[in-house]
Amino acid sequence: MKKLLAILMALALVVCCFAACGKTDGGNAGNADNTQKVVKIGVYEPQTGANGAGGKQEILGMQYANKINPTVEINGETYKVELVYADNESSTDKAVSAASKLVAEGVSVVLGSYGSAVSIAASDTFKEAGIPAIGVTCTNPQVTEGNDHYFRICFLDPFQGTVHAEFAKSKFNADTVYCLGELGNDYDQGLINYFSEASEKLGMKVIKENFPKDNSDFTSYLANAKKQGADVIFAPCSIQYAQLILEQSNAQGTNIPLLGTDTWDNNKIVETTKGTNTELYVSTFYQEGANPEFEKGIKEWMNSDPTALENNGGNDMIAAVTVMGYDAYMTALEAIKNANSAEPSAVMAALPTTAYEGISGSISFNEIGDANRDAAYIKTANVETGTWDFVAVQKVSA
Amino acid sequence: MAEFLNNNLQYLLNGILAGSLYALIAIGYTMVYGILRLINFAHGDMFMVAGLVMIFIISNGAPLWLGVILVLVMTVALGVVIEKAAYKPLRSAPRMSVMISAIGVSYLLQNCALYFTGGLPRTYPAIPMLKEKHTIGGITIESVFIVTPILTLLLVVALVLLIKHTKIGMAMRAVSKDFETSQLMGIKINSVISFTFIIGSFLAAVGSMFYFSKYTTVVPLSGSMPGLKAFVAAVFGGIGSIPGAVIGAFIIGICENLIKGMGEGWTVFSDAFTFALLIIVLLVKPTGIFGEKTTDKV
Amino acid sequence: MTKTVDNKNRLVTPKEKSKKLGLLTAILFLIGLYAVLIALDNFIKPSTFTLMLIPVLKKGAIYSLVCVSMNLLNGFTGLFSLGQAGFMLIGGYVYAIFSIPASQHPAVYQYFDGGLIKFSIPELLGKVIGENAGNFIGAIICIIIAGIIAAVFAALIGIPVLRLKSDYLAIATLGFAEILRAFFQWNALGKITNGSNLLRKYTNFSDMKIEIGGNVIKLGTLFPFLIATICIVFVFLLINSTYGRAFKAIRDDEVSAEAMGINLFKHKMISFVVSSFFAGVGGALLAMFQTTIQASAFMSAMTYEILLMVVIGGIGSISGSCIAAFLYIACSEWWLRFLDSGYLPNIFGGENIAVPFFRDGFRKVVFSVIIMIIVLFFSKGIMGDKELSLSRIAGKFRRKKKAAASAGQEVQSK
Repeated sequence: MKKLLAILMALALVVCCFAACGKTDGGNAGNADNTQKVVKIGVYEPQTGANGAGGKQEILGMQYANKINPTVEINGETYKVELVYADNESSTDKAVSAASKLVAEGVSVVLGSYGSAVSIAASDTFKEAGIPAIGVTCTNPQVTEGNDHYFRICFLDPFQGTVHAEFAKSKFNADTVYCLGELGNDYDQGLINYFSEASEKLGMKVIKENFPKDNSDFTSYLANAKKQGADVIFAPCSIQYAQLILEQSNAQGTNIPLLGTDTWDNNKIVETTKGTNTELYVSTFYQEGANPEFEKGIKEWMNSDPTALENNGGNDMIAAVTVMGYDAYMTALEAIKNANSAEPSAVMAALPTTAYEGISGSISFNEIGDANRDAAYIKTANVETGTWDFVAVQKVSA
Repeated sequence: MAEFLNNNLQYLLNGILAGSLYALIAIGYTMVYGILRLINFAHGDMFMVAGLVMIFIISNGAPLWLGVILVLVMTVALGVVIEKAAYKPLRSAPRMSVMISAIGVSYLLQNCALYFTGGLPRTYPAIPMLKEKHTIGGITIESVFIVTPILTLLLVVALVLLIKHTKIGMAMRAVSKDFETSQLMGIKINSVISFTFIIGSFLAAVGSMFYFSKYTTVVPLSGSMPGLKAFVAAVFGGIGSIPGAVIGAFIIGICENLIKGMGEGWTVFSDAFTFALLIIVLLVKPTGIFGEKTTDKV
Repeated sequence: MTKTVDNKNRLVTPKEKSKKLGLLTAILFLIGLYAVLIALDNFIKPSTFTLMLIPVLKKGAIYSLVCVSMNLLNGFTGLFSLGQAGFMLIGGYVYAIFSIPASQHPAVYQYFDGGLIKFSIPELLGKVIGENAGNFIGAIICIIIAGIIAAVFAALIGIPVLRLKSDYLAIATLGFAEILRAFFQWNALGKITNGSNLLRKYTNFSDMKIEIGGNVIKLGTLFPFLIATICIVFVFLLINSTYGRAFKAIRDDEVSAEAMGINLFKHKMISFVVSSFFAGVGGALLAMFQTTIQASAFMSAMTYEILLMVVIGGIGSISGSCIAAFLYIACSEWWLRFLDSGYLPNIFGGENIAVPFFRDGFRKVVFSVIIMIIVLFFSKGIMGDKELSLSRIAGKFRRKKKAAASAGQEVQSK
């Protein structure tokens, strides 16, 4: 019995090896059948782990864009665009092998990732292979700094942190702000750093606290905020924690307005506030309703595809990261068109001068490779309907 | 004293709630360890699976009472299956192998949860009874704060009575004293062990309902930290002793929240503190507060 | 069981001779392997296959070393420790801190005024002996420092903890690893550890190259193998020394080992410190491989993963650990990835077959099922507690031949 099992397992392994090697061959053979050339775009996103939910929403945008624009013209020839996925599991120690997979598959350009740490961790792998990458919603300055191959289409943490600080001052006339971030997460810590810098400049008192990874009890942190007389709680953390913070703040009757960053722009979160007296404001890249035509299309698509709907959190509300995913795909396509080639090096050379009129605003890159963006959308949770209401376009008073 | 209480009432309440939740999980650890000398790493993950099962049942439109019953039944079944499949075949193997098997089961449960949730955080359905708000002395609390500790204590008393005064309880005590001799005395070891797992899983399922009613998001890793802390509580109280585990759980829950209340700079170490406490206890009194001294037999 | 095999071998071939032959084969094998690795980096045209192969090889070599270090503790000394991720964390961070070039400090330590340590060992050496040599030797020096600091921590932790027995030791070391992680993420130490943020821009595998006659030879893939081989050979020699025999005696029976005059604490401490040293070295190599390092990745899950590799390879077998590490890494990061992709790749060309239940996470489910099967039904792992050796391989073949022959005879007689 044991021997049989052993043999079976060994066989299974061998089959797997062949399957893995045969995979690319299969792809090539497929091309030959279709006589259509393929250009591959790598999707380097977390699909599991702490940022899985956000990563999946971002991918939705790319998938929709791929459905609307499945081909690209290069040198008068029509190429089919194929998305190649690699799950970085929201973890820096899985980043390199996920990135290597995309390199091995021969992608022309990479999109992603949701979460800055994994983007930075994979950066060198792409750099060595000479493949350009377009960051979709990774907001840490270090992603593009000193990297010629990394571009990004979203705003940066220093900008977002300052926006929140100014908003806290202007909207709530806050004197004390309470920052709550995940220990060991550079996204949280980076934003808190810029936020507190800007807040201190505006004369506000800043209290910074951290919770350990996989923590689910926020009651004592919220009690701390209340005890220390905070006027606003600023919590730039991932969706998983955001939901818990909201729920517990409501249960405990903390009654302190919450400021959330781009990660908080999520259906599940806004639904949590429904029927409560939570005051929640988030900054984001896009305001739902700004482009009805696009939204109608993507909603139809989501409603027709149960997996897409589930990945979006069960309804067809459009998250800003989805729009950003769409724009990233379109920008990549534009760059391929401009380069008139699917060669990674040519695409990289074309990217700095690529400009694209996206759904979330016009996209062009500065000399570092960051998007020229000077506005963030502030939204608030409508506690009666459980949807977002538009508040303001916030710019930094430089 | 009064001033301290006044300042820290909220933290104490949070700590008592956390402590009673840890206690429900810790009993499962301590009973299994008492009998099998095995750290059941999968226990925390079973607790997480119980949470996901509830979400799945309710989201398919079943009424709450049915959900509660099904969760209890399915978690108990899972516990027994794990014991039969992963621990029983290794009964004569070295202790390390059994522990590795436990780690393997924990890994398997987490990965299955990951697969079925697709890596998305899931929201636990609200149990209205536990969500009512009360305001006492300027502090708003939900019913879950009051119900959980009381229920935990009731369950513990019931359990202690069961172990002290019933036949199966006596068998459990005998097995935990000496595995082989009790076998020779005609105790059916396997049914005693199954019974232990039934009680442990039952308490984990009960714990999961209260825990996730309070902390409403379930992810595949939701069970690992509470599980680890509950284990620390079990060691702290003297592993194998049920009152010890409960007291240990309360101490850890309360200390952890008081540390969080100490303000900036300290919150970083709220988890680290639990482990530091564990190491200190192990070094000073390795058998825990209520543990019995054992000697190695050559 | 072991004895009879040994006796048989001794009868067939003199032990000395087979040992020499084994050593020779091992050296030849290593030379061949190194040649292939250098070729992979420099002369073979990159293809889909090699691009996946190279990272898997690198990571496999690193994990081999870490597995061997854990095996020394768990398999040879019988100390069930779960602190491996903690020591790797120390090693990785120490390596990174000492090798970030001075010019990169402001960018890396962006929230901490450029950090406290303002020099980089590879860079300083590079000024004296040239950039490439500086990187190579500097990296090795940093790796050694990383190992030493991990070992020092192990010695400090070991004094109290090693008095504990089996599962208590396991949970205490696990606790220490968690505490360490909190310290490394603590903002008060941010000037050294960069708090919760990544450390990056330090010397990594792609900086490992030498120049021979105007041609640059890349050693990126060779480097981890080189370090891992040296370390594993050291562990092998240690295990076959008097210390190693003492370790095994402690593993088999502590009380009788003590009765025979073995100083329990001293030997446990040696094993713990040496194991942590190599875990630190492994952590440093992992940092080089990842090109960035962040404390949040060194969770207890990492320790469990390493433990499972050790179990798959066989508790108490060095070669088993190495084989298992390569298999595990290759399966999880390469061969089984298609399970996540939603379709079964068609081996015979043509369209891929869509399989609805192949979606993200399925790879891990399959993987954990395989692990459970190994743990439950093949608890000895690939190698049991034996080592890979020529005589064993030869013996296997011989036995198979014999079996085939006898089977043939049976058929004939029927």
